[in-house]
Amino acid sequence: MGLANDKIETVADSRDKDTFRQGVKDCVPTLLGYLSIGFAAGVIERTAGLSIAEIALISLILYAGSAQFIAAGMMAASSSITTIIITIFFVNLRHLLLSAALAPYFRHLSPLRNMLVGSLLTDESFGVAINEAAKKNYISEKWMHGLNVTAYLNWCVANIAGAFLGQWISNPETLGLDFALTAMFIGLLVLSMLSRKKIRRDVVVAIIAVVIAVGASSVLSSSMGVIVATIFASTIGMVMEKWK
Amino acid sequence: MIVGAAIVTFIPRVLPLMVLSRFQLPEWATRWLSYVPISVMAALVAQEIFKNGENISFSTNNIELLAAIPTFFIAIKTRSLLVTVLAGIIVVMVLRFLFPA
Repeated sequence: MGLANDKIETVADSRDKDTFRQGVKDCVPTLLGYLSIGFAAGVIERTAGLSIAEIALISLILYAGSAQFIAAGMMAASSSITTIIITIFFVNLRHLLLSAALAPYFRHLSPLRNMLVGSLLTDESFGVAINEAAKKNYISEKWMHGLNVTAYLNWCVANIAGAFLGQWISNPETLGLDFALTAMFIGLLVLSMLSRKKIRRDVVVAIIAVVIAVGASSVLSSSMGVIVATIFASTIGMVMEKWK
Repeated sequence: MIVGAAIVTFIPRVLPLMVLSRFQLPEWATRWLSYVPISVMAALVAQEIFKNGENISFSTNNIELLAAIPTFFIAIKTRSLLVTVLAGIIVVMVLRFLFPA
């Protein structure tokens, strides 16, 4: 997917003043995050039984921290492939919103070039890009590629480094590394709530999701519990907003 | 498995950028989608911190549940994903060292 980004076209777009290089520079503040979370992901995937080649593949074509942690955890718990894929689908549905929020800034590009912009979109690169958009009122395509490709390469390097180190860590649990996943979900949950102006309703929706997830997993498998909780709680949130 | 997971990750990333210049999502759909990240993250956190092996556990010797409390506060206070993850790992490491299972 991302490999196609190597052929950055030279476009005579008058607004494309910002260079690829500037995008690379603007990515730097987020690099530490990619490195440490990617590293933890590599260690966890290795201890879940993935080979180094599989870890390289998963970081190259999946390229999503939360999804990779889930895949590793669910594989270790020997969940079915279908439930793993459905859970990952829901976790990554949030990209739909990120991608939709960026769409107005790239409306002038062809669908294929928009696909290249979107294929490497992450929570962090979105955060940097939407800040840039707030400052300048536009986002340069080349700048966006610089940002995305830098983050992407860092992520892959961090994953593979973690995979190599994971060989020598016999028990990642004593180091608390398995909690990286939970802490990341807590972080994403808190950050997405704080970025909206609907804290009270969001808290209600979150509590409903928690109750359904805990309740449903005594009847269904725990991964199906997550799927059911997501669908119900989101629907309740949607209806509550309508009634208000 | 990896390829299937990659496809379902790829589609929501690129689809809106590719088609939203032509279509507009209905208002109820955007509203529903806006609650998906919160629901799914809350459900995943719940599963991670309440489960103890195969069972659901609310007991105080559940280290993940205990560690989640300071992790939440750190997330609210710092608003940084990196600091939250690092702090969470350290809290669990310390708790497991103090209270070995």
